[in-house]
Amino acid sequence: MRGPDVTWYLAVAGVLFATGSLGVLLRRSPLIVLLSLEIMLNGANLALIAFARQQGDAEGQIFALAVMAVAASEVVVGLGLIVALARRNVALDVDKLTTLRG
Amino acid sequence: MANFVVWVVWLAAGLACLGSGVAVVSFTNPFFSALALIANLGSLAVLYLLLAAEFVAAAQVLVYAGAVMVMFLFVIAYLGGQADAPWAGGPTWQRWAAVIAAGALLLEIVMVIGFKAGGRLSDEADITEAFGSPAQLGRLFLTDHLLAFEITSFVLLIAAIGGVILGAHSRRADQVKEVEALQRAQEAARV
Repeated sequence: MRGPDVTWYLAVAGVLFATGSLGVLLRRSPLIVLLSLEIMLNGANLALIAFARQQGDAEGQIFALAVMAVAASEVVVGLGLIVALARRNVALDVDKLTTLRG
Repeated sequence: MANFVVWVVWLAAGLACLGSGVAVVSFTNPFFSALALIANLGSLAVLYLLLAAEFVAAAQVLVYAGAVMVMFLFVIAYLGGQADAPWAGGPTWQRWAAVIAAGALLLEIVMVIGFKAGGRLSDEADITEAFGSPAQLGRLFLTDHLLAFEITSFVLLIAAIGGVILGAHSRRADQVKEVEALQRAQEAARV
């Protein structure tokens, strides 16, 4: 069974990463920024797993699992912040969140 | 024949992955974006299966498409999906800068893959049936990567504590606001 080689998977991973970064930079709703961040992390994960397959070494998969755990933690804290903001009636727009600006 | 099937599955999963990624970024309603992200994670799990990463694919569906996305959908339902059109208010310099920065990032990735790794990536290592199985990953986690495993558990614990603290603080702010409103109402009644 020989499918597409690793370069193709890396191309998908790269485009996914760029799409996610576009979302992070372009969108102003913090919820969609978080969703786009997940796309970036998944692009990196796909590259890790593709390299793990190419090298025949499962340590890349270990790294991908660690990235998943970090992503889950990041979502918990990010959603907690967004809910806390919404409860204080702050506008959910990353351009308007300037409370911490000196 | 087997090659052909693999290519077809790869093409379907890859296109679904990229299409749903673009959908996440371009949908106005965060609820639809979250649903598109679930499709994205599902098609990524198919790509992981093609790369012989069975356990990671299962964890992806269980942890990401299951637990994390349910949390996302709960929060979006709680906040009420506020519309946020990606191009509302016309193209400003910030928008152009965002598009140019993302394009530059894509160009950079493609150049690095093309120049640095192009020819050397075509030959794949031979793997056994056990590659990417829960047994192999579990053994690696508990022998070579024990420190990383333990640190991951700490990261998750700290995130859980942080989530609780954030929730508790905003609840206190709510109560302060309620008490103030009550006091104001009482003073108004006295006057």
